[in-house]
Amino acid sequence: MARLRTLQDLFKRYRRPGDLVFAAAFLAFALFLAANLGTQVAWTSGGKLVAQPAFWPLVSILGMVLFAALHFLGSLCSERIHGRWQEVWFWLRSVEYAAWFMAYVLLVPWLGYLPSTVIFCAALALRAAYPPKMIGWAALSGVAVVVIFKAFLQVRVPGGEVYEYLPAALRSFMLTYL
Amino acid sequence: MEVLLSGLLMLLDWQVLAALLIGSIGGVVIGAIPGVGPAVAIAILLPATFALPPLVGLTMLLGIYGSSMYGGALPAILINTPGTAVNALTTYDGYPMTQRGEARRALTLAYSASFTGGLISILCLIALAPLLALIAPHFGSREIFLAALLGIILVVLAHRGQVMAAGMLACFGIFLNTIGLEPVQYTMRYTFGQDWLTSGVDLIVVVLGLFAISQAFLLLVDRDDSPHPQPVTGSMFQGLRELWAHRRVAGAGSGFGVTMGMIPGVGEFTAQFMSYTYAQKSSKAPDDFGKGSPEGLVASESANNAVPGAAMIPLLALGIPGEALTAMMLSVFYVHNVIPGPQLFQGSMDFVMALYLALLVLNVIVLGFLLVSTNLLIKVIQIPTRFLGILILTLSFVGVYSLRNSVTDCLIAAGFGVFGVVLKRLNLPVVPIILGMVLGGIMEVRLRAAMARVETPLDFVNRPIAAIIFGLILLVIALHIRTLIRERRAEHPPQDHELHDTQQR
Repeated sequence: MARLRTLQDLFKRYRRPGDLVFAAAFLAFALFLAANLGTQVAWTSGGKLVAQPAFWPLVSILGMVLFAALHFLGSLCSERIHGRWQEVWFWLRSVEYAAWFMAYVLLVPWLGYLPSTVIFCAALALRAAYPPKMIGWAALSGVAVVVIFKAFLQVRVPGGEVYEYLPAALRSFMLTYL
Repeated sequence: MEVLLSGLLMLLDWQVLAALLIGSIGGVVIGAIPGVGPAVAIAILLPATFALPPLVGLTMLLGIYGSSMYGGALPAILINTPGTAVNALTTYDGYPMTQRGEARRALTLAYSASFTGGLISILCLIALAPLLALIAPHFGSREIFLAALLGIILVVLAHRGQVMAAGMLACFGIFLNTIGLEPVQYTMRYTFGQDWLTSGVDLIVVVLGLFAISQAFLLLVDRDDSPHPQPVTGSMFQGLRELWAHRRVAGAGSGFGVTMGMIPGVGEFTAQFMSYTYAQKSSKAPDDFGKGSPEGLVASESANNAVPGAAMIPLLALGIPGEALTAMMLSVFYVHNVIPGPQLFQGSMDFVMALYLALLVLNVIVLGFLLVSTNLLIKVIQIPTRFLGILILTLSFVGVYSLRNSVTDCLIAAGFGVFGVVLKRLNLPVVPIILGMVLGGIMEVRLRAAMARVETPLDFVNRPIAAIIFGLILLVIALHIRTLIRERRAEHPPQDHELHDTQQR
């Protein structure tokens, strides 16, 4: 219980490495949005202020600028935590998996849901440095996901262009279920 | 009584019962896997429920929402890692009990305490339903606007030590909701001339990015891990009787859960902490808390499991979500063309009762399932983390792409995935963004409607309920300032801890 003493203590969150980078980037983003307030929202003539289309963007952006500025100041005045750039590097490493995800997204309309998912799962398992047995499990999981969602739950994922080259009966089956 | 029977009849449909079973058991399994959590599961499954009838789809997702915390107690007790973020306090006493060789006792206590919490909160819901049906119609636009504003203020102030960050992220959420074609005067807002921004940023895409895809990225980038808990031996039924000895703590915990669950923006953490503090202060062995106290475990689990039921009150009666999961549930309601709010209580009370009864039944299903399948669930905990990341990413694709087959949605979701990684690594809260998006939309519509009948600012609070909510807003802000002043005077040395870590939220 020594770790947890008061209600205030429960709600405290503490700074992590990289906080200043994030605070600066978010403030810059908020200021960019604020600088565009004149061109990206419309003010119509007449009517109450709260009914203006620009009212809520204005309120939210001013709130963002205010809180982001105070958060940035807080980060600036705080003691530096080592490992800032290692942390930023960790963030950037996640972009690689965003690229994997987008490659999968682009592959599906062309290759079809089942083949793309199996390839995606197996390739990602290979990237994660798993042994062949786990890569097989990953591919099998991909098949299970497709069967559950496309065949049983009938989610809207279109068939692949390559399905057009399949024999008529198989093509129809693949388009409907896989 | 008539509505109760009518609700029961709706629930007895085989499709609804099947959805309830799948949702309840699925929720327990998902809750037991550290790093997944109900938010990820609901976000992924949401599009899959579009084609289902409203009650079937809602029951399935409600099952996941109501049962995940049961499953989350399992890794919290066995491997000191909470399955869902709200099981963090369970590790304090659950894991020391496991270390003492009392894993089975800890698990059965956690299950039965959770069951008590769930049961009491649903009984309160059913008992309160007539009162809610009476009060809800008195909530007009200004009252709902003020309640949504109170929700935003509470969710920001609840993130103590990170109020500025929570504030900027809540405002960011409100801003996201304003992007695109504005529906009243048909002007563009922050589209920068881009056609793909005209339809705005979809809440489900943001939720999937911030919760599911970011979690997948985190698991894939981080080192691979696979916990190996010891299997639990002996009958799980033996320990159930022990809860009777702790009935006072379980009752109080459930009471805190129900009360805190009803207040938007507060939720499980506050309920758990208040329950835990009460249990410790009133215990004959307060020094045992944090070292494996059964009372501490009961206090934590009964409180957190009482929240989902109670959180349905503002959601169903006013259409105001109190936290991220209920915000997602709100979008589920909208998708199924069920509009929560006073009209739902007036016109479809049987539907509301069916949902309440579904919550009741799911607690029974889950308790029964857990008592016979704990060792099976231990195997689920052992899934390697990177493998889990692959699975979540594959499932996230279904969630985003099946919405409207849009590559742009996937790109936005991937962008929010990276943003979510940054927030989670910095231990910054994700919830204010989601609540900002949902409550921002409600505030915009309601304020515009309310101002049509308001001449002077004072007119805004000239109705009793509006005046009470406005008074509460002032009180909450005043109490926050008072606490800040007290903290400054007390000069407590800072204590870092992972209890409120947002990695899984």
